[in-house]
Amino acid sequence: MTVESTAARKPRRSSKRTSAAKTPQTSEPQLVQLLTPEGERVEHPDFEIDLSPDELRGLYRDMVLTRRFDAEATALQRQGELGLWASLLGQEAAQIGSGRALRDDDYVFPTYREHGVAWCRGVDPTNLLGMFRGVNHGGWDPTTNNFHLYTIVIGSQTLHATGYAMGVAKDGADSAVVAYFGDGASSQGDVAEAFTFSAVYNAPVVFFCQNNQWAISEPTEKQMRVPLYQRAQGFGFPGVRVDGNDVLACLAVTRSALERARRGEGPTLVEAFTYRMGAHTTSDDPTKYRADEERAAWEAKDPILRLRTYLEKQDLADAAFFAALEEESETLGKRVREAVRAMPDPDRMAIFDHTYADGNPLVDEERAQFAAYQASFAEEGN
Amino acid sequence: MAAQKLSIAKALNESLRKALETDPKVLIMGEDVGKLGGVFRITDGLQKDFGEDRVIDTPLAESGIVGTAIGLALRGYRPIVEIQFDGFVFPAYDQIVTQLAKMHARALGKIKMPVVIRIPYGGGIGAVEHHSESPEALFAHVAGLKVVSPSNASDAYWMMQQAVQSDDPIIFFEPKRRYWDKGDLDTESIPLPLHKAVVARAGSDLTLAAYGPMVKVCLEAAAAAQEEGKSVEVLDLRSMSPIDFDAVQTSVEKTGRLVVVHEAPVFYGSGAEIAARITERCFYHLEAPVLRVGGYHAPYPPARLEDEYLPGLDRVLDAVDRSLAY
Ligand SMILES: Cc1ncc(C[n+]2csc(CCOP(=O)(O)OP(=O)(O)O)c2C)c(N)n1
Repeated sequence: MTVESTAARKPRRSSKRTSAAKTPQTSEPQLVQLLTPEGERVEHPDFEIDLSPDELRGLYRDMVLTRRFDAEATALQRQGELGLWASLLGQEAAQIGSGRALRDDDYVFPTYREHGVAWCRGVDPTNLLGMFRGVNHGGWDPTTNNFHLYTIVIGSQTLHATGYAMGVAKDGADSAVVAYFGDGASSQGDVAEAFTFSAVYNAPVVFFCQNNQWAISEPTEKQMRVPLYQRAQGFGFPGVRVDGNDVLACLAVTRSALERARRGEGPTLVEAFTYRMGAHTTSDDPTKYRADEERAAWEAKDPILRLRTYLEKQDLADAAFFAALEEESETLGKRVREAVRAMPDPDRMAIFDHTYADGNPLVDEERAQFAAYQASFAEEGN
Repeated sequence: MAAQKLSIAKALNESLRKALETDPKVLIMGEDVGKLGGVFRITDGLQKDFGEDRVIDTPLAESGIVGTAIGLALRGYRPIVEIQFDGFVFPAYDQIVTQLAKMHARALGKIKMPVVIRIPYGGGIGAVEHHSESPEALFAHVAGLKVVSPSNASDAYWMMQQAVQSDDPIIFFEPKRRYWDKGDLDTESIPLPLHKAVVARAGSDLTLAAYGPMVKVCLEAAAAAQEEGKSVEVLDLRSMSPIDFDAVQTSVEKTGRLVVVHEAPVFYGSGAEIAARITERCFYHLEAPVLRVGGYHAPYPPARLEDEYLPGLDRVLDAVDRSLAY
């Protein structure tokens, strides 16, 4: 029997069988956890952490202020002050835990949702709002805080991070690089190429995926059939899944991955298993595709509440601390609100600024024409 | 269903529904096209009615979407692919340019590539970076691809029907800021051929040629010019590759003046191609050089500046005046 005839006689598989079923593996995570949803401290053999009360309170403060900032931005969008907002609600622990693991000389490549990481890097939160208000495409100098501009094209930045890390290694420096991306992004070719390059060149990069279960309307089953962290193995570097709502575990796991990178042992994939509690962005309507009960189940794992429970149970923070933090949150909210409202529209000539570093006669010509055209209105007005 | 008033978005939705109903080989593929119905709801309700095997939520991977659509087409399917926004087509650009466009020629005509790639394009909706671009010239420049853009509900419906039936790959640019504009749709009328231009408004002093989102602006400009006693003809090109140069020529021979308007940057844009061809064809009829109005040689600006960047009524009228002043 020839190969062709076998193929021809092979029974057709019914389309039912080929269509995707829910993959149990992705919903039963093997998580690194150091703080349970009930606020109990637990140990993990590979990842231990010992934090001072001050440090613990610091993490709590970071998460609370980040959430407050995020809520303010969402409100500002609703009030028409921002064109769009991508909320991080629910992802505070993943971002603060990983962000606080960084050293100043490490370099971060974010997506468009890493407001908490930006906070840890010392980027003024009001700087993050310019692009969502529509006055700029970035709004901060990436080299000041080693925090790159937000990247909207999904997955692109993972390659930039890898290249940057290759440069770090060439320079003989011992800093590391972190690339943030989402579960949806893991489907992009760029991300696979970043994994390949980083492995081949042993680049000191940590791939930090916030698996928030959704890529707009698509659940993770539409992106992958094996748990994401396991993918790293096929590329030749370790992958670890961490409870993304556990700030201590996120800190410990990221720290360990960064140390590995610094030691010259190459990349690590960290999958922070977490949840996007709100809409994908303010333009999105999750009621079209997501069950309310799912969110409710994740609310019980809220990263902020769980640390608060721990702090209270252990007598690590008193009422005065929480009250002061509440006040600080309000001040931050007010500052952000005022800063956004006061944010001027850019000068129209800015359209032509920075198209080229070395200039270009075509841009100069168009700039001059544009200026003359604008001036003609002023003359008419007289 | 005969004559009715529909938005462009709804007309596209109806057209896709009809395509799925008519031909079991038609598939819809893309990010969020299923339950959500696409971020612009163009595929709303289609997965519910035709199932996950025909309206396919794909992984978040544009190269994958187009690459697999090519394979499905090789296997006899007719995929209609949605790219979520203009700026996100580039991960798929390699597949589109190096593979999709050339497959028919490389196979000496033995295989066909009936793939439609739908791209919501253009600005004017106050979006963030990569959500407002007009990359049509990048596709029109590639032999093997056809590039079209409807400007109204009727064309949206009929041009989609024709694109799906075409055996060539069609890049179907949807003017996203016009999605909610309503117009008449007669689903029983006989449609114009896909690549024919149409006179959207007749006039005798000057021709404005546009497509997609800019047709509306040009019609408004022509109406405003009328009040000043100028008779402006508006041509809706509908297709950027091929371009119906005969229609442009006929109009320019009548009016003697041509202004091409598009959102995309003027430099190396479709206006450049039209200006060159028409100058060659109508040299002795032209009373003025062909002028172009479009975007600048600068990245698409942040939303608060897009009104300055996009050609509006004033800039079109200014070009009309400049042309008439020759
Ligand atoms: C290349 C590309 N395709 C499509 C989009 C549109 N888009 C923006 S965010 C998004 C979903 C991203 O999901 P994920 O990577 O899981 O990150 P999340 O937003 O959930 O954090 C999509 C499809 C895009 N920005 N870039």
